[in-house]
Amino acid sequence: MAAPSYPVQRVTLDNGLRVLLAPDRTAPVVAVAVHYDVGFRSEPEGRTGFAHLFEHLMFQGSENVGKAEHPKYVQAAGGIFNGSTHPDHTDYFELLPSGALELALFLEADRMRAPRITRENLDNQIAVVQEEIRVNVLNRPYGGFPWITLPPVAFDTFPNAHNGYGDFSELEAASLDDAADFFDKFYAPGNAVLTVAGEFDPDTTLELVQRYFGAIPARPVPARRSFAEPVRAEERREALTDKLAPRPALAVGYRVPDPDTDLPAFLATYLLTDVLTTGDASRLERRLVQKDRSVTAVSSYVGTFGDPFDQRDPLLLTLEARHAGDSTADTVLAAVDEELDRLAGDGLEPGELERVQAQVASAILRESDDALGRALAMATFELHRGRPELLNELPGLLSEVTADAVAAAAGALRTQGRSVLELRAGAA
Amino acid sequence: MTTTAAATAGISAPAEAGSKIPAVIPTVPRELPAVVRRTLPNGLRVDVVARSSVPLVELRLRIPFAGSGLVHLAEAELLAETILTGSSRYDRVGLATAVHALGGSLRTGVDADRLAIVSSALATSLEPLLALIADVLTTASYPDSEFGGERDRIVEETTSALSQPAVIAREALVRRMFGDHPYGSAITPPSVLSEVGAERVRSLHGARVCPDGAILTLVGDVDPERALDAVEAALGSWTGTAAPGHPPAPVPTAGPILIVDRPGAVQTNIRMGGRALNRSAPAHPALRLASTIFGGYFSSRLVSNIREDKGYTYSPRSSVDHHQAGSRLTVAADVSTDVTGPALLEILYELGRMAVLPPEAEELEAARQYLIGTLALSSATAAGLAGTLSGLSGAGVGVEYLRDHPRALATVTAADVQAVSAQLLAPSGLVTVLVGDASKITESVRALGAVESA
Repeated sequence: MAAPSYPVQRVTLDNGLRVLLAPDRTAPVVAVAVHYDVGFRSEPEGRTGFAHLFEHLMFQGSENVGKAEHPKYVQAAGGIFNGSTHPDHTDYFELLPSGALELALFLEADRMRAPRITRENLDNQIAVVQEEIRVNVLNRPYGGFPWITLPPVAFDTFPNAHNGYGDFSELEAASLDDAADFFDKFYAPGNAVLTVAGEFDPDTTLELVQRYFGAIPARPVPARRSFAEPVRAEERREALTDKLAPRPALAVGYRVPDPDTDLPAFLATYLLTDVLTTGDASRLERRLVQKDRSVTAVSSYVGTFGDPFDQRDPLLLTLEARHAGDSTADTVLAAVDEELDRLAGDGLEPGELERVQAQVASAILRESDDALGRALAMATFELHRGRPELLNELPGLLSEVTADAVAAAAGALRTQGRSVLELRAGAA
Repeated sequence: MTTTAAATAGISAPAEAGSKIPAVIPTVPRELPAVVRRTLPNGLRVDVVARSSVPLVELRLRIPFAGSGLVHLAEAELLAETILTGSSRYDRVGLATAVHALGGSLRTGVDADRLAIVSSALATSLEPLLALIADVLTTASYPDSEFGGERDRIVEETTSALSQPAVIAREALVRRMFGDHPYGSAITPPSVLSEVGAERVRSLHGARVCPDGAILTLVGDVDPERALDAVEAALGSWTGTAAPGHPPAPVPTAGPILIVDRPGAVQTNIRMGGRALNRSAPAHPALRLASTIFGGYFSSRLVSNIREDKGYTYSPRSSVDHHQAGSRLTVAADVSTDVTGPALLEILYELGRMAVLPPEAEELEAARQYLIGTLALSSATAAGLAGTLSGLSGAGVGVEYLRDHPRALATVTAADVQAVSAQLLAPSGLVTVLVGDASKITESVRALGAVESA
């Protein structure tokens, strides 16, 4: 199985910051990423959306960098940047010409040490985040479906069930004290991973990392919380009406094995999503789109945003479909059950597993050709699994998954209580 | 033919004296990617670049696909959506199975200018991948058993797309800018799609899916000469003659501000558009810099003003996009309904400021380095390089652009930026379309210009 083979070196600074150095010479560019071990599952009750709001605040200036200057410095060096908030981490990253590496390290260290957040900038970013929510959720059909609306059906506890974008009133209630507390608690160097990937000299870079990050004082690192919830035996079903949607839609959530305690079963579930819905030859594409014509599109994925390695347990396999004509949720669900039972009972067709493995391995190679893609993948493997080398090892691990394991993964979806969310079309 | 030349424009952004901000080390100019080209007797041009960073090959095929009228648009859309549903060797599932077995992906897309085939696979599978694509290009059968159902599905998906405010806004803008020209609609009305039969798509395939004028770009872990031989073996017998391109797109005239009513909308989608310059125009580098300084990146005036200062919007932006029959400038911002008037006022102010005053030296330099640097980033992966070269090839521009455009950007002055802005960014010359709750936004918008309703 073709697999990437990017070298990676891990160093831990005295203040606890984990540093990953992944040098290669494939292109004259370098990616820098900082991942903090806090996402929206860790934000406090009464402050929904705060982890994401805080991500915005990290661009508002720091001790040596003025408001909005971080983007200016990166872009004036010919680079791009962004940040994103996930269930279990928040990342900040730059991709730049390799000569701008020191600049990026300085900028990330400055805001790790001393972000400068003012009331004016907080108010401004609350407004910006509200516009982000309007454009992505409130002003469009299917907005937030199902990443915001399925978790409260699938889960019972606040960390797993609440809206990570946040309620407007709770965003508006955010204070400078909240920001200081959140930073103090979660943005300690020992709670972060710094990753550098691309064209650079490791020795020189390690000196720069020591110079800029080494002086940041160590702070206590919060104990990692468990968000565990039992897997339900009974189905749970809810419906919502989307007043902008012209056609109904369906989302189904299934719990998947914990990747930390049963990686083989987790990887089998990951491959199952490709068997089910990737491409015209996949099981549900054939059954629902081509044969029954009960849906216009179907997809399935593991993880809130479609990356199975992006978060920790508990997490969902989500199946999403848009209804065609007057098909009902019950008819689609019955067909899905039938196909899962067929997989669990009869197993895979000859060659079916091998081609899915080949296709996933190619996708991993393609994604890792990009220095930023490499940096982000290694960082989340380090943060959540303690093994950045998983980027290189993953195709091999996936090739060890057996057809029986994929069939068992299909069976496991049938023996639990799934979570069903129907979206009714208010604009039909 | 082999093209090799060194890129010379570098990157440098010296820090201010006394600043703690580390200086950026100028990027050492790199050799341009070596493009090995062969034009086959049937007219297909093939460009190959060897790049061994990953053991994959990326394939991009562009087939000229200009045509006029909504019926052509509908037939082209359905052709692109159903071309992979059957051929002489494969049925729909068999084709998808074969592609995946090669570690591959294969998809198609169409716009007013071209039909695109985008594919990749393990580099060792190039030959079977080409054989499979050749089978699709020369024997796609559009089976009746697949076509009707797929057409119904596309009708549904189109209906769904037309409920997205961003799609409504784009359609209203291009309609207003280009009228009955093929660029005047980017999405086919469901009622037109549902009238198209498989025989019309088969006939369009026969007439238009032709090697003459098509360009195939391959980037990956391949030996160029062997890859060219493999392409010639697989696609040498593909035949057909190119059809004429589009008439030039009309130059948009500003007219009153068009309000498309979307009752209850919590945001207004503001869109503005106008003529732009193609890549070979002498003032094109200055225009790209003007658009960048105005709204083309996060450090722009537009973002600083209506996002970072006033909090009216999340992602305001402007861009210059190139199309075969005319390039265009687009400005976009989705703003809260209650600040629609104030946001439009600031956009008009920032456009006007571009048109009547030269930019600061520092902003010009930042934009220059951003455009030079991100051009290099866009060609840093095999997939990125394939996409970049394929996009350039469709406009008749070669790999030299990666060297010459940075050089040209390096010589643009603040006066050049103002001159091109006066010509193309002046708000008086731009078409403006707003999609939002007319009952709530019309009054304040009317204060800024004449208004008409859709």
